[in-house]
Amino acid sequence: MIGLVARRLVTMAASLLVISALVFLVIKLPPGDFLTNRISELRSMGEAASVAKAELLIRQYGLDRPVIEQYLIWVGLMPGPAGFSGLLQGDWGWSFEYDRPVAEVVGDALWLTLVVNLAALVFVHVVAIPIALYSATHRGTFGDALVTLLGYVGLAVPGFLLALILLFYANRWFGLSIGGLYDADFAGQPWTLDKVHSLLGHLVVPTLVIGLGGTAAMIRRMRANLLDELAKPYTVTARAKGLPPTRALLKYPFRMSLNPFFADIGNLLPHLVSGSVLVSLVLSLPTVGPLLLEALKTQDQFMAGFILMFVAVLTIVGLLISDLMLAWLDPRIRMGAR
Amino acid sequence: MQETPKQETPVQDARPRHFVDTAPFDPTAGAAHGHDAAADTASAWRLIGRKFLRHRLAVASAIVLALLYATIPAVEFLAPYEQNKRHGDALYAPPQGLHLFHEGRFLGPFVYPYRAHFDIESFQRSYILDKSRPEPLRFLCRGEPYRYFGLIPGDLHLICPPEGGTLFLLGTDKLGRDLLSRIIYGARISLVIGLAGVAISFVLGLFFGGIAGYFGGLTDAAVQRLIEIVRSVPELPLWLALSAALPPNWSPLAIFFGITLILGLLDWPGLARAVRSKLLALREEDFVAAAELMGASPRHVILRHLIPNFMSHLIASATLAIPTMILGETALSFLGLGLRPPVTSWGVLLNEAQNLAAVQLYPWLLLPTVPVLVTVLAYNFLGDGLRDAADPYH
Repeated sequence: MIGLVARRLVTMAASLLVISALVFLVIKLPPGDFLTNRISELRSMGEAASVAKAELLIRQYGLDRPVIEQYLIWVGLMPGPAGFSGLLQGDWGWSFEYDRPVAEVVGDALWLTLVVNLAALVFVHVVAIPIALYSATHRGTFGDALVTLLGYVGLAVPGFLLALILLFYANRWFGLSIGGLYDADFAGQPWTLDKVHSLLGHLVVPTLVIGLGGTAAMIRRMRANLLDELAKPYTVTARAKGLPPTRALLKYPFRMSLNPFFADIGNLLPHLVSGSVLVSLVLSLPTVGPLLLEALKTQDQFMAGFILMFVAVLTIVGLLISDLMLAWLDPRIRMGAR
Repeated sequence: MQETPKQETPVQDARPRHFVDTAPFDPTAGAAHGHDAAADTASAWRLIGRKFLRHRLAVASAIVLALLYATIPAVEFLAPYEQNKRHGDALYAPPQGLHLFHEGRFLGPFVYPYRAHFDIESFQRSYILDKSRPEPLRFLCRGEPYRYFGLIPGDLHLICPPEGGTLFLLGTDKLGRDLLSRIIYGARISLVIGLAGVAISFVLGLFFGGIAGYFGGLTDAAVQRLIEIVRSVPELPLWLALSAALPPNWSPLAIFFGITLILGLLDWPGLARAVRSKLLALREEDFVAAAELMGASPRHVILRHLIPNFMSHLIASATLAIPTMILGETALSFLGLGLRPPVTSWGVLLNEAQNLAAVQLYPWLLLPTVPVLVTVLAYNFLGDGLRDAADPYH
C-alpha cells in the first residue's frame, strides 16, 4: 500500500509539472502582456512615476527574461531577482490588475471553490446511488424509463442555462436568494454561525446545477454495472439459498458494482470542476471562476496562472484520493496487479 | 442477436429412447444449425447496418439529425428574414401565434398583427394582438433579398410575412431581430462546429492512438501519460484560457475556426485511448494471425483487417463526442469568449438571454435551448445505437 501511495505521488508530481508548463504556455500565448500594455498606456498619458513603478515590477518578476526562465522562476525552480520565490515556495505572485499579491486577492475564493465542488461530489453520489439501485432492480418499469429519460435530459441541458432558470424559480417559489454564496451583508465579515447558515442556503442551487450532469452520467453507468452483476450466477445463488432480497442486493452485487463507481470519480471530477467554473460565472459565486475569466481577459498572468494551477491541483488530488480509495476497496488493485 | 432456434423439441412424456427426425436433412439450411445463413455471407458493415436499424430510437435520432443538417444549405431560403434584419418598431416582441381558424372559419395559416404599446410608467413595451384582422402567410414567395452563402443574391423564401405585416413566430430580441430566423441561421454554425471539431480530434486521436498501439513500448507509455494529463485537466478553464488567447482583431470567421480548433484540440484523448486499446486487442486476434501467416503485408493487414474493424467503434465514439463540442461552443459563446455577434450561433443567441430580466420578461429568448437540447439528445441516442451496433457478432 505504501509503495502504491509513493508511486502515485511521484506520478502526480510529474503530471503537475507538465500541467504547469502547459498552463504557462497557454497564458503566454496571447501577444503582449499586462505590464507592457500598461506602460505604453501610462507613457501616452505622461505619467513618468507610474511608468517607473511598472518597470520595477517587470524587473522584480523577471518579465524581461526569456520565457523559459520566466517559467522556471514562476514555478520556483530557478532563482529569480528575489531569490527562489515561486509556486513551490508558496509565493503565488502579484496580481497586476488588483495591485496586490494573488494570495490576498484570491483568499476566501479558494476554499469556497473547494466547498462548492465537494458539495457537488457528495450530491452526485448521494443522489445517484439510490436512483441507480432502484432503476436496476425495477428494470423496464415506468420508474426506470422515467429515470433514464431524466438522465438523458440532464446530460443535454447546458448547465449555465439550468442555473439561470433554477435561480429564478428558486427565488420565486422558495425564497432562496439570488446569486452569491452568502448574503451581501456578510461580505468581508468574519465567519460566524449566521454566515455559515447563509452559505448553506445559497449552496443549494449551485450544487444542484453542477451535480446534475454528473449525476445523470453516474446513474447510467451505475445502473449498467449493477445489471451486469445481477445477471451473474452468484446473485442467483444468494437468492436461491434464501437471502432476503435487500441483503441479496446490497451485500454482494452492490458492493461489486461500487468498484467501477469509485474509479469513475476520475472521469467525473474534471467535469464537476469545469461545471463549477461555468456555473459560478452565471450565478456570480465568489469562487475562482469569475476571477479566472477576468484575469484571462486582462492578461493578469500570475493570477490566471495560479488559478489554473489551483484547479488542476484540485482535480489531480481528487484523482489521487479516488485511486487510493479504490485500492483500499479492491484488494486486486492493492496487490499491484496492474 | 440471433433468435436461438429450438434445437430439440420438448417432449414431455412417452419420449422415445432415441429420437430421429424423419424430415430430409438439408445441410445448406444454416438456420437448422443455430445460425443465420445470411449472417455468414453478409459483410460486417451490412450486419452493423442491420443491427442499427433494429434500434428504433437511434434510427429516429438519425432522421432528426439528417433533417437538421439538411437545413444547412437552405438556411437563407427557410428563414423568413435575414439574420441581422432589425425591426425598430418590434423590440422584444413576443411570439406571434400561428393560427388556422378565424372565428370558426378555416383560413389557412395566418397571424394576427401586433400593436405595440409603450407604458410610460413602467418603461415596458406591451404588444396587443389585433384579433379582428387575420393576415394570411405567403408561401414560396419573393421576400426580403439575401445573399446565398454571402455570394449569390436571391429573394425566394419558403414562408414570407403577410403583405405589409410581420411574422415573428418565436418573437424578437432587443434589436427587433426575428428569433426564428436567427435560430435557423445559428444552426448552420452550431451544427458545423460540432462536426468540424470532432474531425480534428478524430485525426489527432487516430494519430496518437495509432502510434501508441502500433509502436508500443516507450511511445505507448509516453502517449498514455499525455492522455492521462490532458484528461485530468478540467476542460472549461483551459478552453477559456485558449479562447482568451485568440487575438481580438481576428475576423469573426477566423475566430470561428480558432474556436473549432480549440474544441478539437482538447477532446482527442478519449478517441486516442479507444484506438489504442482496440488496436492492441485486434492485433492478437486469430484472423490477423491467419492473414499474416498467409503472407499478407502489414499494409494489407492494417487496411483490410484492422481499420474496418475498429472504424465502427471509432465512429460511435466520435458521435458521442459531438454533443460535448456543441455544448462547449454554446458555453464559450455564452460567456462571451466564443463566437462574436456578427456570426450567429445558438450559443451567441443564448448569450443575449444571459440575465434574469430575460427569464422573467422575455422568456422566448431562451428558446434557442430547444434546438441545442434536441441536437444533443439525438446525438446521444444515435451514438448509443451505433455503439451497440458496432459489434455485430456480440
